[in-house]
Amino acid sequence: MARWGMVIDLDRCNGCQACEIACRSENNLAVGGAQAARENRTISWMRVHTEIEGEWPDLRARFVPQPCMQCDRPPCTLVCPVQATTLDREGIVSQIYARCIGCRYCANACPYTVKYFNWRKPFYPESVLTGLNPDVSIRPVGVVEKCTFCNHRLQTARDQARAEQRPLREGDYVPACAESCPTGAIVFGDLDDPGQRVAQLSREPRAFRLQEDLGTQPKVYYLAEQD
Amino acid sequence: MTDLDIVSRLPQDERMLLMPLVRTTSTFWRWAILMVAISLWGAFAYAYQLRHGLGVTGLNTPEYWGIYIICFVFFIGISHAGTLISAILRVANAEWRRSITRSAEFITVLVIGFGAVQPVLDLGRPDRVLNVILNPQPFSPLLWDIMSIGLYLTASSIYLYIPMIPDLARIRDLGLRPRPLYWFLAIGYRDTPAARHTLERIIAVLAVMVIPIAVSVHTVIGWIFALTLRPMWHSAIFGPYFVMGAIFSGIAALIIAMAILRRVYNLKAYFKDVHFNNMGLLLLVMAVIWFYFTFAENLTVWYGGEEAELATLYSKLIGDFAFPFWLMVACCFVIPFALMARRATRNVAGTTVASVAVVIGMWLERFNIVVPTSLHPRVEMSAVHYFPSWVELSIMAGTFSGFILVYMVATKFFPIISIWEIKEGREKSVEEVSERVADYLPDDVAVVES
Repeated sequence: MARWGMVIDLDRCNGCQACEIACRSENNLAVGGAQAARENRTISWMRVHTEIEGEWPDLRARFVPQPCMQCDRPPCTLVCPVQATTLDREGIVSQIYARCIGCRYCANACPYTVKYFNWRKPFYPESVLTGLNPDVSIRPVGVVEKCTFCNHRLQTARDQARAEQRPLREGDYVPACAESCPTGAIVFGDLDDPGQRVAQLSREPRAFRLQEDLGTQPKVYYLAEQD
Repeated sequence: MTDLDIVSRLPQDERMLLMPLVRTTSTFWRWAILMVAISLWGAFAYAYQLRHGLGVTGLNTPEYWGIYIICFVFFIGISHAGTLISAILRVANAEWRRSITRSAEFITVLVIGFGAVQPVLDLGRPDRVLNVILNPQPFSPLLWDIMSIGLYLTASSIYLYIPMIPDLARIRDLGLRPRPLYWFLAIGYRDTPAARHTLERIIAVLAVMVIPIAVSVHTVIGWIFALTLRPMWHSAIFGPYFVMGAIFSGIAALIIAMAILRRVYNLKAYFKDVHFNNMGLLLLVMAVIWFYFTFAENLTVWYGGEEAELATLYSKLIGDFAFPFWLMVACCFVIPFALMARRATRNVAGTTVASVAVVIGMWLERFNIVVPTSLHPRVEMSAVHYFPSWVELSIMAGTFSGFILVYMVATKFFPIISIWEIKEGREKSVEEVSERVADYLPDDVAVVES
């Protein structure tokens, strides 16, 4: 069985945020506008964090795109009182919007702060409505949502492979962020298949994971910058 | 003959303690109306929140939990007053307990519901709250919490009710209104020596049983925080710290209740200086233990020096939360210690002032646990803030007034001091205690050796 994972090469990321935009339209993220930004209530499953290092004039900006880390030992699933968030067999941490009671315990337990709560009813301007993705459900008010590695795309890819009577190949299933990255910084695939690029990159000396010491075992790897 | 006439002709204990049931002053009504008004305002605020969603609160990312969870921990803490203190005093055979156990047990039973409802007010989808029963996930501390609070509510309701039966039977026999209520609640009890003996056996067993249940309740609430990986939540001290804090705030709430009851129902002869002195000593001990726990918690974090933990710690000691933190230290330690360490200020006024400080301080402690950690997540976030909205503050005010209201109403239907236990104290205990003390003294050597 596949174990889906991601490698993000920080040397290649130029902070363009195309991944954020692709994710937004792929997954029907609500448009919060200025009000949500003021209230710290914006939702962005993929978020490019900017870290400024050093003192002027020796400044250096680092861009760290952060989706859900899809931990192999997720702290969020353990605390959910209603099994609304679980680790599925292929390693994706899912969220059942129709079951979530909105207690936000998982959001508090997540050390990466990548679980988002719908404080208000999701809003879409007229111009966005026609472009909503029919494969992804609209979340109701009062539930937690999160990056799913675009797992609706996995279903489509699997159906396609079955129709063509062949096994799933590398590149059949790729989330919107990886697909849209103009520099190819985001590589996606099966971490357990040694033939795949993602598996090879994740074993490189440059590879590290965020807050590895917490023991959450994320499946999103980063390749450190080389100077 | 009216109920008032019946009660007026009774001997002192029954007359004094049943009087609130048959005579209601205009002051009572004024306060009751005020409390009803504030509670209704709180209810309106909740209806508003139901209509518009949690967006009407000041909560945000990463401040996922705020006033409701603070009040949840606070009110469940207050509810420890009664049952636990009453049980410990009963088990320890402390004779001075007789006047105070009933009022303490009432606090527990009446406040616990107001505490337990807070997480439901905090839910994004209160309509789905039954999912907790339909799809339970047994590893969630929230589920353990529902079970332990449910058990505690049941046990402390029984523990309030059983020792009240002889009084209810007496009220039934006197024929006070509403008669069907007392007839039903007295469940046909006749005050024979055999019945009394059985009753006391049951109370003794219950008193022992409720202690571990009470300890479990606040331990599990501490674990809700401690079992996450958040800086300054992920701490082994939280279970015992929460239990200790709950008893501390509980004692303070009980002292305030006693001081008010003593004044409004003219019960100076029953809530005596010795009761306030003894409760004041308990408060003193708890204030010192509170200081010890708080010091141990913060020293461990500071000495360990982990970056994420330190960011939270410094925000409390010298940063944005320095004011609530040091005010908490003043309210939970400096004020109660200074007042309770001296015999002269361990009187009614002194213990009441110290208790008010402790209740405020313990609310601030819950604030200092929930908010600074929430605003210091492990990933860097810019411009985080939390200002509670009018909805959150109104619901909090409604919760306080709701509790005060039901407590006021309870004193109008049930004697707030146990009549039969006072009588028993007068009739039997003086002799029993002399015997007990005689028992402690050394025996005659000649008799032992022969």
